[in-house]
Amino acid sequence: MSPTVTTSANENVSAATASAAASAAATAEATGPQTITMAKALNTAMADAMREDTSVLVFGEDVGLLGGVFRITDGLMAEFGEQRCFDTPLAESGIVGMAVGMAMNGMRPVIEMQFDAFAYPAFEQIVSHVAKMHNRTRGALKMPLVIRVPYAGGIGGVEHHCDSSESYYAHTAGLKVYTPATVADGYRMLREAIDSDDPIMFMEPKKLYWSKDQVDLDALRAEHAANAAGGTSTEGRAAIARPGTEATLIAYGPSVPTALAAAAAAAEEGRSLEVIDIRSIVPFDDETVCASVRKTGRAVVIAEAHGFASVSSEIVARVQERCFHHLAAPVLRVTGFDVPFPSPKLEHYYLPSVDRILDAVDDLQWED
Amino acid sequence: MTISADHASRSLDHAEQTDTDQASEVRRKFGISVEDYMLPARHQIQMVNPDGTVRSHDEQGTEPGHEYPTPGDAELMAAYEQLVVGRRVNDQNSALVRQGRMAVYPSSHGQEACQVAAAMCLSEGDWLFPTYRDAVAVMARGVDPVQAMTIFRGDWHSGYDPKEHNVGIQCTPLTTQLLHAVGVAHAAKLRGEDTVVLAMCGDGATSEGDFHEALNFAAVFHLPVIFFVQNNKYAISVPLSHQSVAPSLAHKAVGYGMAGERVDGNDLVALLAVLDRAVKLAREGSGPLLIEAHTYRMQAHTNADDATRYRPDSEVAEWQAKDPLARMKAYLTDKGLLDDAGSARIAEQAEAVATQLREGLSEDVPVQPLDLFKYVFSTPTPQLKEQSELLAGELARSETTREEAGK
Repeated sequence: MSPTVTTSANENVSAATASAAASAAATAEATGPQTITMAKALNTAMADAMREDTSVLVFGEDVGLLGGVFRITDGLMAEFGEQRCFDTPLAESGIVGMAVGMAMNGMRPVIEMQFDAFAYPAFEQIVSHVAKMHNRTRGALKMPLVIRVPYAGGIGGVEHHCDSSESYYAHTAGLKVYTPATVADGYRMLREAIDSDDPIMFMEPKKLYWSKDQVDLDALRAEHAANAAGGTSTEGRAAIARPGTEATLIAYGPSVPTALAAAAAAAEEGRSLEVIDIRSIVPFDDETVCASVRKTGRAVVIAEAHGFASVSSEIVARVQERCFHHLAAPVLRVTGFDVPFPSPKLEHYYLPSVDRILDAVDDLQWED
Repeated sequence: MTISADHASRSLDHAEQTDTDQASEVRRKFGISVEDYMLPARHQIQMVNPDGTVRSHDEQGTEPGHEYPTPGDAELMAAYEQLVVGRRVNDQNSALVRQGRMAVYPSSHGQEACQVAAAMCLSEGDWLFPTYRDAVAVMARGVDPVQAMTIFRGDWHSGYDPKEHNVGIQCTPLTTQLLHAVGVAHAAKLRGEDTVVLAMCGDGATSEGDFHEALNFAAVFHLPVIFFVQNNKYAISVPLSHQSVAPSLAHKAVGYGMAGERVDGNDLVALLAVLDRAVKLAREGSGPLLIEAHTYRMQAHTNADDATRYRPDSEVAEWQAKDPLARMKAYLTDKGLLDDAGSARIAEQAEAVATQLREGLSEDVPVQPLDLFKYVFSTPTPQLKEQSELLAGELARSETTREEAGK
C-alpha cells in the first residue's frame, strides 16, 4: 500500500497551474480602484486568506482544477497546491463532517456546497455538529469553519439549483449566517467569515456572482488588516445601502439590488425610500434596522425565500416588537410564494420584483 | 504551522501506475494479492477459547498476509486490569441509574474487551472517536470517569475537553463522528504528523450514509483511520440481518479499497493483536482499515429498553458463556501471569474507580443557568446577550423572593 496515494489524480493539473497562477498573481499585484465581479472578490478573499494562514483550506466538489462550477475557487489549487485546495468525493455530508474534524484539529476549512439544495445531505452534520460542537464542549472546541452556499434564484436554474435555504440555517442556534450583496462586501465579509472562530454559513447570492463594481482591493485589504489588528470587525452590522426618509426597504443578499431599483423608481415619483442591506442575518443588527424604521415610520421586508416561518417573518416580528409606537402602518413583506421554487420560465412570477415592492410601499397607509 | 510538501500532484499515467504500485507493494509486504489483503480472512481471528485455553495456531483464523503475533505479557496484564475496571464501571453506572443519580446509561456490559482494546492500541498523540456506548473506552484513554458521565448525569452535553486526551465527544447521532475522525486524520496528515485515529461504531450504524462517506473519504485520501465496528448483534431491537446481508461487515472494506478483518470481540488477546497491527499499518502509511469485532450487548440498550421483547434468554445465556472477563482471567492464570493476590489488587483498583463514580455522581453540583448562553458562540451575538440578561433578571427576582420569604 503506497503511503503517497492521496487525492485524485489529474494530468491537467500542471497545465492549469501556469495560467491560473498567472491570473492569481495578477490579482495580487493589482492596485487602485478596478472593476471586478463579486466572483472575483470572493476568489480574492480566499486567496488572500490562504496566503496569510496555511491552516486555511478550500475543498468541495469541482473546486480544484475546474475552479468550482461558478469559478469562485479559480486558480486556488494552482497557487496553493492540491493539499490546500482539493476536490473531494461527491458527498456533502462527508465534506462537512471532514471539515468538522479538521476544524477540531487546527485547520480553518472553507468548504463549498455546490448548490443550495445540494447542501441538504449535510444538514445533520451542520445542525448536530457544526452548530453544537462549541456549546457541547463548553468552548473547548472551536469551529472556525466557513460553509459557502451559492443560493437563491434569478439565474434560470433547473430544480434544486435555486433554493433560498437561509432560514434553515438562521433557525439553528450556533450558526452565524452572512450574505453579501455588494462586490466589496463579497471580499470584506468572506475575510471576516474565515477569520471568525465561529462557524459561518456564507450564503452567496448566485445571481450576483457576475455583478460588477469598482472596488479598491488594496484598500479592502488594508481595511481588513486594520480590523484584524484592532480586533474590530463589522460582524453583524447592517448597512444603509441608500438613505431615504419616508419608508424603509429591508433586504438582504439577492434582494438588495431589487430593493435599490425600487427605491430609485420611487424617487422618480418623488418618494424617498431608505434601503437597508442586512448583510448578516445572524447576528442580526436590530439597532440599524430599528433606527431606520423609527425614522421613517414605515417598512417593507423583501426576501426571495418563502415568506412563511422565514427570515422575513423574523424581521417583521423584531421590528414590530421594537418599533410599534413609531409605525404608521403595518410592516409588509414582499417574498417568494409558499411554493417550491419554480421552473425557469415561471421564476419571475415568484421572485420579488420592483413593481411588487412599489405596490407594497403604496399600501403603507399613506392616506393618513 | 507547516503544510508538508505537495504529494498529490500526479499525472493520469501516475494514477494507472498507482494500482500496479499498490498491488506490487501489497505483494512485497504481505505476499498476497491486493484483493486477498483487502478481503477479511475466511474466519474471524480468535486466539483464546471461551474456557481460556489457547487455540492452536491453525485454528486462530490467521492466513498468509493476515498474521497476528500474540501481544506481550505486560500489555495483556495492563489490558486485563482495564477490563476488570471496565466491567465494574458498567455495573456501577447501571446501579447509579437505578438509584436516580443518572438519567440513562447505555452499558457496554459484555463488550468490555472491545472497549479496552480500542483505547489501548493507540499511542498518546492518537485520537479516539467513541459512540455513546463507549464510556469504558473513553475512561481507558484517561478521561476522568466522573467527567465522562456528565452527559448521562445531565449537567451538560459533555463533561470533558476532547483535546486533553484526544478523545472525541460521546454523542448520540450514529456514525457522524466517523467523518470527524477522518477530518482529524486528514489535518494531521497535511501537517506531516503520524497521528492514527480510531473511530468506533456499531453494527446498526453501518447502515448510515455517513458510514459510507467516512470510509470512502478515508480511503480516497489514504488516511490513517481505523474503523472499529462492534457488532453486538442488535441496533436497539433490530438484529443484524435487518441491517445488512453482506457476508460480513468487514467485507464492506474491499468496496472502498481498504483492508477488512473480523475478530472475536470477546477475546481480548485477539482484539489487541488485530488492533495493534492495524495501528502499526495505518501509521506506516497503509491507509485506513475496517475491523469488525463480534461481540454481544449482554444487557438492554439502556435502562429504558426491554430486551426480552426481541431476543430469547437462551441467546443471552449462550453469550454469557463467552464472557470476555472469565476467558481472560482463565487464560492469564493458566499462563502464570495472574494469581489471587494479583486478582485482589485489580479488584481493589476497580472498586476505587467505582467509589469515585459513586461519590462524584452523588454530589449535587449546582447547574449554572446563565451558562446556556456562554458557549453558543466564541463571540456572542447581541440577541444572546439580551436573552441572557432576561434570564439573569428572572433569577435575581426569584432570589429576592426567596430571601424575602426567608425573613
